[in-house]
Amino acid sequence: MAGSSVSVDLTEAMATAHVAAGDWLVVAPTLITILGGSLCLMLRKNTDLQPRIGIGFLAVLVLANLALLIRVLDHGVITMVMGSWLPPFGIAFTVDTLGATLSLIGSIVAFCAGVFGAATVDSTGRRYGFYPFLLLLMTGVCGAFLTGDIFNLYVWFEVLLISSYGLLVLGNDRIQLDGAVKYGVLNLVGTNLFLIGTGLLYGIFGTLNMADLTQQVAALENPASGTLATVAALYFLAFAMKAAAFPVNFWLPASYHTPNVVVSAVFAGLLTKVGVYALIRVFVMILPASRGYLSDVIALVAIATLLTGALGALAQSEVRRLLGYLVIAGIGSMLAGLAVGSTLAISGAIFYAVHSIIVMTALYMAAGVMAMMGGSYDLRKLGGLYQKSAAFAAVFLVLAFAVSGLPPFSGFWPKVILVDAAFSDGRAWLGAAILVSGFLTTLAMGRIWIFAFWRGGPEGTPDGQTAPVTAGTAVSEAQLSGGAVWLPLGILTALVIYFGLQPEWMLELSTQGASGLVEPLDYLRSVFGDQG
Amino acid sequence: MRTIIFRTIAPYLTALMVLFSVFVLLRGHNDPGGGFIGGLIAASALAIFGIACGVASVRRAIYFHPMGIAAFGLFLAALAGMLSFFKAQAFMTSQWLIFDLFDVEVALSTPMVFDIGVYLVVVGAIGSIALALEEREID
Repeated sequence: MAGSSVSVDLTEAMATAHVAAGDWLVVAPTLITILGGSLCLMLRKNTDLQPRIGIGFLAVLVLANLALLIRVLDHGVITMVMGSWLPPFGIAFTVDTLGATLSLIGSIVAFCAGVFGAATVDSTGRRYGFYPFLLLLMTGVCGAFLTGDIFNLYVWFEVLLISSYGLLVLGNDRIQLDGAVKYGVLNLVGTNLFLIGTGLLYGIFGTLNMADLTQQVAALENPASGTLATVAALYFLAFAMKAAAFPVNFWLPASYHTPNVVVSAVFAGLLTKVGVYALIRVFVMILPASRGYLSDVIALVAIATLLTGALGALAQSEVRRLLGYLVIAGIGSMLAGLAVGSTLAISGAIFYAVHSIIVMTALYMAAGVMAMMGGSYDLRKLGGLYQKSAAFAAVFLVLAFAVSGLPPFSGFWPKVILVDAAFSDGRAWLGAAILVSGFLTTLAMGRIWIFAFWRGGPEGTPDGQTAPVTAGTAVSEAQLSGGAVWLPLGILTALVIYFGLQPEWMLELSTQGASGLVEPLDYLRSVFGDQG
Repeated sequence: MRTIIFRTIAPYLTALMVLFSVFVLLRGHNDPGGGFIGGLIAASALAIFGIACGVASVRRAIYFHPMGIAAFGLFLAALAGMLSFFKAQAFMTSQWLIFDLFDVEVALSTPMVFDIGVYLVVVGAIGSIALALEEREID
C-alpha cells in the first residue's frame, strides 16, 4: 500500500462499498465519549468549565444513541468494519436492537449522573477527573454493547474497568481504597478468566468475530465437546463475576457504598448490566448448546442470587449497602431469564436489565438526597424525611414500588414475563424464587420507608412525636436548592413511571432484541452479506 | 543521584533519547518501532532528566501537564480515524498523501497521525507516573 510498488488485490480483504453517513452512528457513541473525555482531561484544572463540557458531550451521546436505535429499527442490524478490513480478520462493530437499546438507556443514565454530579462532586473531585472518567466509562459501556468481536468486548471491559477504578478512588479516602482493592482484585480475576476463555475459543475456531463464531459453533457436530464446555464454563464464571452473581458477588456490597453517591449510582446502573449483557450475548447467540446444558446450573445460581440479594438487603441498615444487595437480587432475575432461555424469557431479562439500569441509578441518587436531607446514610439516624419533603417521599415510594416489582411501575412487567416464562418452562422453583425475592425486596424497601420517611425522627424519638426538623449543613442545603439534584432524579422517575404505564414500546424492543439473539440470521447477514 | 557527571550528561542524553524516540515513531509503519515504543523511550528520557535535575525542571521543560499531553494524544488518535468519514469509508480506513519533496518520496497518512496520538498518550501517561514517583522520593 504505502508507496510500495507491489500492488496487491485487496478486494477480498477490504470492504469497498461506500459507507452511508448514517452508519457512522455505529461508532459515534464511542467516538463522542473519547473526544469528550480527552477534552475534559485537557481542561482538568478548569473545574467550572468541566461540567459544561461533560454534560454537553453526554447529551450529544444520548442523541447519537437515539439516532442509532432509530436507524437500527429502520434498517435492521448494522455492521461497520474498522479500517475497512473485513471480518474475520478485521474488527466489526455490529449493532442490533439489544445493543442499541441498552446503549441508549445507559447513556441516559450517564447523562443524569453527569447532571447530578454537577451538584455533588466538589472541585477536588472534578480536578481529579470525575467527568473524564465518567465519559471514558461510557466509552467502555457503549463499546461493549455495540461491538461484534469478542476480543474487542474484552478490550471495552478493560476500558470501563480502568475508568471505574478511577471513579472509585476519587477522593482517596481510606475506606475507598479498601473497597477499590476488593473490587479491583475480583474484577482482575474475572477479566483474566475472560481472556483465557477467549484464547481457548480462538484456538478452537481461529476467529473471534461473534457472527463467525455463531456460524462455526452452529456447524459443529458435537457442540458439547470438552474444550467448548471449558470455554463456556470460563465465560460463565467470568461474566458472573462482573454481573455479581452468587457466590462471586461479595465485591459489590464491599465497594459500592464507598465512593461519592453519584459514582455508586452509575456503577449500580451500568457495570453489572454489562456483565449480564455479555452473558446473554455469548450464551444465547454464540453458544446456545452450552447454555442448554448449563441451564440447571444457571437456574441454581439465579435462585441463590435472588434470595441472598434480598436477604442481604433485609439485614442492612446502611442505605447504600442495602441498595447494593438489591442490585444483586436484580441480577438474579436476569439470570433466571437466561436459565429458561426461551425468546420470552430472554426478552424479560432484557426488559429487566433496562428497568434495573434506570431504577438502581435513581435509588442511589435518592439515597444521596436522603443523606443530604438527613445527614446520614444510616437508617438509625434518619427520620422525618416525609415532613421535610413530601414530594421527595413520593418519588422514593415510586422507586421502591418499581424495584420491588409492584404495579404500575417499570419493575412489574419484566417480572411478570420472567415468572410466566419460568412456570411455562416447568421451573416452578425459579418462578417462586423471583416472587419471594420480590416480596423480601418490598420488606427491605418498606424498612427504609418506615425508618427514614414515616417515623418522626431518628432512633430514640418517642412514638407519635416528631423531632424538630433540623436544618442540614450549608453544603447540603446548597446542593439541594439547585435543580442539578432534582432534574436527573425526576427524569429517571418519569422513565420508571412511563415504562410502567406504557410498556408496549419497551416490550417491542426487548422482544425484537431477544428474537435477534435466538435467531441471529439478520446479525449474520449484516456481517457477511447475503452469502452467509 | 545528583552527581556532577550525571547532571552534566543528562540534558544531552535526554535530548538524544527524545530525538531517537521520534525516529522510532516515524519509521514504525513498515519497520520495527511505532508510537508505543517511541513513547516509552521518550518517557524514560523524561524520567532520566527528572532523576538528574529534579522533577520541577522537567515540568518546566515540557510546559504542559503530562496528563494533558496524554489527553491530546487520545483526541488526535480519535480524530485521525474520522478523516475517512469524508470519503464515505468505514471508521479508521487509512488515508494517504504521497508526494515528492526534493526527490524524496514523503508518505503522510492517517495511521501516522494515529501513531503520533499513541506516542503522546504513552509519553503523557508513563511520564506522569514516573514524575509522580520521583517527586515522592526526591522532593
